[in-house]
Amino acid sequence: MLAFVLRRLIQAVVVMLTVAFIAFMLFQYVGDPVTNLLGQDATPEQRQQLRADLGLDASFAVQFARFVGNAVRGEFGLSLRQGRKVSSLIVERFPATIELALSAAVIALAVGIPLGVYTALRRGRFGSQVFMTLSLLGVSLPTFLIGILLILVFAVLLKLLPSFGRGEVVMLGGWSTGWLTIDGWKHLVLPAITLAVFQLALIMRLVRAEMLEVLRTDYIKFARARGISDHAVYFGHALKNTLVPVITITGLQLGALIAFAIITETVFQWPGMGLLFIQAVQFADIPVMAAYLCLIALIFVLINLFVDLLYFAVDPRLRIERPATAH
Amino acid sequence: MSTTTTAISPAAKPGRWQRFLDSDLWFSFTHSPTAIIAAAIALVCVTCALFANWIAPHNPFDLATLDLMDARLPPAWEEGGSSKYVFGTDDQGRDILSALMYGSRISLFVGLASVALSMLIGVGLGLLSGFIGGAVDGFIMRVCDVMLSFPSILVALLIDGVGRALFPNAHESLAFSVLVIAIALTGWVQYARTVRGSTMVERNKEYVQAARVIGVAPLRVMFRHVLPNVLGPVLVLATIQIAGAIITEATLSFLGVGVPPTSPSLGTLIRIGQDFLFSGEWWITIFPGLMLVLIALSVNLLGDWLRDALNPRLR
Repeated sequence: MLAFVLRRLIQAVVVMLTVAFIAFMLFQYVGDPVTNLLGQDATPEQRQQLRADLGLDASFAVQFARFVGNAVRGEFGLSLRQGRKVSSLIVERFPATIELALSAAVIALAVGIPLGVYTALRRGRFGSQVFMTLSLLGVSLPTFLIGILLILVFAVLLKLLPSFGRGEVVMLGGWSTGWLTIDGWKHLVLPAITLAVFQLALIMRLVRAEMLEVLRTDYIKFARARGISDHAVYFGHALKNTLVPVITITGLQLGALIAFAIITETVFQWPGMGLLFIQAVQFADIPVMAAYLCLIALIFVLINLFVDLLYFAVDPRLRIERPATAH
Repeated sequence: MSTTTTAISPAAKPGRWQRFLDSDLWFSFTHSPTAIIAAAIALVCVTCALFANWIAPHNPFDLATLDLMDARLPPAWEEGGSSKYVFGTDDQGRDILSALMYGSRISLFVGLASVALSMLIGVGLGLLSGFIGGAVDGFIMRVCDVMLSFPSILVALLIDGVGRALFPNAHESLAFSVLVIAIALTGWVQYARTVRGSTMVERNKEYVQAARVIGVAPLRVMFRHVLPNVLGPVLVLATIQIAGAIITEATLSFLGVGVPPTSPSLGTLIRIGQDFLFSGEWWITIFPGLMLVLIALSVNLLGDWLRDALNPRLR
């Protein structure tokens, strides 16, 4: 167990260092900070002076170490486009994206798991066929198109819900939340559904497949033979055992949700990190791109780590000490 | 004439075409309604895209033929629509139907080019990885792991952003190359993993050992002997990836970092049309969206069919 955790930790650190290296290379070779700061017509002496001031004349390894040190403290310099500190830009945008992604995850789980169970138990019936076809559509429709269709129906035709921005937000410390106002909830509905559709379809198909697999096993037959009620068999025995892969996928998809929020945020002009990133890509704003990259990588690595550890908690088979030979 | 052909054909060796018609693949195709419908739709889309110059009723990029008086016309069946523009026009008076044809050409081109490139990279690295093994294999597979732990759209966006930063005043053709490379570099991992797996199986088979024993050079063994035997799954993967690449391209273009705005793809058209959604001009964005879904869905269904048809366990 300890060896496993250690190996995972080392792996996580290696991935983070790789990503930091990529971000560092971006800074190093894409765009010249000296030209950016001084403009095109500075004298060579001025350039040399600034290079020394910024520490750009140090060796590669020293610069990289310095970069990692700054990155750990969340220091990525100034945004080329907005002239503000990247860290404060990200901190400002962070809550919006997290709230959007969490809401989408809750929708995907709360709807996806019951639908998966339903389509597995009522396999081949009309209702489950309809849901399966819909889920196929959900997997193959591009996210931005779902968003546009939702806007067309609910914002333009029915005029029920707003279609852009976060609406009214409340500041809790440094965290701006839209969860505490009715207006905020209204603004959240469409983007959250848009972001959730793909994951929902994925979770539903996964739960269905796992459920069908489990229902075929002997211990389910045995449970039935013991006279346990259908309800207890389905939810007490079968569903519990389908949840291990569901947890993994959900965990990994939470990262994907944050990444795919880029698209949803663009469609709904949601003021999150994704919108910040896409503007950075459009204007080649390297510091923002690098910071976003490192942050996303960190989130991904942490989620991966967490999911692996959760495995131990959920699946008792993994906790049994293996013989030393089976490494 | 017919008498002579019938007299000769039984004796003659069946031609390539005849062999194809007799094959299991063709049989399974003709017995799968989904595959036939999907192929028909894909064929129509591809034909429209390829021959857009000749088929399209208008040339949406010829500024001389545009008339602002025709701007924002609804589709022909709606009130106020004109039969001249079946699917209506956009804000500059461009015919939506023609823009769709030209747009899907760009989408298909970017999709096919990036899949071809990622297949080249992936199959090459996969063969190398599976055939050589050792440190090379370890390194390539670790790279794959890192790539796989991030969503492809993010990787594509990043590469695209770097490309933009490196060439700020990029020429149009360069912008296309950056886009194709960005999508290709996200897709190669799947091929590499698949090919590596089957190469490791093939490597130990007798025919490979026989080839080695008679002194065939390793590179030749890799490409002439192993490669043809690992290509089956690659074909299926490529079909499915085409749909994925087209959607990725559309997404990037929708986000405003894809193809240059002077040659709009389906994604660009959707992006432009989104602004007009609120004034009720839904057709500017919905038709390109439908076209995109139609192409992606039909290619996906074809891929599904191909996977089942080539899977010996399902026969």
